Amino acid sequence: MKEFKVTPIRNGTVIDHIDVGMALKVLRIIGVRNEVSSTVSVLMHVPSKKNNWKDVVKIEDRELDPKELDKIALISPDATINIIRDYNVAEKFVVEVPERVKGIMTCSNPGCITNKSEPVEPEFVVETKKPPALRCVYCDRMTTDIAENIV
Amino acid sequence: MSGSLKGSDIVSIRDFSREQIERVLEVAEKMVPIARGDEKSSLLEGRILGSLFYEPSTRTRLSFEAAMTRLGGRTLGFDEPRGSSVAKGETLADTIRMVDAYSDVIVLRHTQEGAARLAGHFAEKPVINAGDGAGQHPTQTLLDLFTIRKEKGGIDGNHIVIVGDLKYGRTVHSLSEALSMFGAELTFVAPPTLQMPQEHIKHIETRGIRPKISNSLEEVIAEADVLYVTRIQKERFPDPAEYRKVAGAFTIDREMLRDASDNLVIMHPLPRVSEIDPEVDLTPHARYFDQAFNGVPVRMALLSMVLGGIE
Repeated sequence: MKEFKVTPIRNGTVIDHIDVGMALKVLRIIGVRNEVSSTVSVLMHVPSKKNNWKDVVKIEDRELDPKELDKIALISPDATINIIRDYNVAEKFVVEVPERVKGIMTCSNPGCITNKSEPVEPEFVVETKKPPALRCVYCDRMTTDIAENIV
Repeated sequence: MSGSLKGSDIVSIRDFSREQIERVLEVAEKMVPIARGDEKSSLLEGRILGSLFYEPSTRTRLSFEAAMTRLGGRTLGFDEPRGSSVAKGETLADTIRMVDAYSDVIVLRHTQEGAARLAGHFAEKPVINAGDGAGQHPTQTLLDLFTIRKEKGGIDGNHIVIVGDLKYGRTVHSLSEALSMFGAELTFVAPPTLQMPQEHIKHIETRGIRPKISNSLEEVIAEADVLYVTRIQKERFPDPAEYRKVAGAFTIDREMLRDASDNLVIMHPLPRVSEIDPEVDLTPHARYFDQAFNGVPVRMALLSMVLGGIE
């Protein structure tokens, strides 16, 4: 039987230790939809030394911006980012859940004023980091289902 | 908020320190003769209250107007958005910017949660939250605390039984959190489907208070110093028969008060429907109409403090 392996990438980003099942959400966050000019590899439900299972996303010729990193941290606080340049790991770090988030998530409360046509960006205070629980600055409601509310 | 309330927005009771609440209650006490009309005041003469009520309210709106008028100020605004620019689709942010230019302090009742916090971001003048959807209603909490303190001589150590719809009732969420700040003993009585949400219980426990949870008013009423009653709304029950059964079990009447202490005080944020039988109004326990009056001195205190008339 032929074995397929995901090959090392020359330049780009490897997002490792993604919470199992979250890889597709990560793709949505980094904007991988139809118009992608480079190779994107997704590994789902692979064995992990840290936890039992993990997801991994490799994206060639792309580095992530701070907003994307914040979003990944919120849905998968243990994810690690490996920035690859010329086949070498140029930088490696664990994502960091921010203290406050603004403009990257909607409030889960349909009755919240920020879900109406008001000229404000939803803003949250991070009350707990693992697992992330965010309190809306406006309506005070806690949001724990982050993945559903990321924009 | 820290120290003086001058220029501050009053959005949530969580924004207050215990000292600030105590100061509001002290100032409110001094306002009582003016609120009754026994004394005159021109403390806020020439000041304008912008009063924006996006949904109906009787007590809150009228008591804010009474408070401003008793202190020599005036009120402008609307008590329903129909006929105003809001009906034409204006955002809250724009309405607030406009009223901010016309008044010295803004009182806002809105259908959406978080509306008062948003208004505070757009207004330079202080914004007082008069209820935002199912969210916060801090002036109600302050007048409830004022009533308990006045009737019982203090808040600490009193056993306060809160009964009714504890799941959706915004009044009881803010009140129970504030009471825990003052070290009151708390019991929550509700049908299991309408019990106090865990999030609020956890918040109360961070203050070192362990509230008791009960499904039976009869079992706890004898030990209560204050009985705080709220309405169980019919629309929370898909089955009308189930509603009647639950509502009946939590109705306060003379029979229910048989084992109550002589000094029991009964409060209700009003309006009531059938949860307190009118025969209870004639007992020495009933304080809900005094409580409604207390809205005036408490709101006078807040208006004068945020406008800097009193430190």
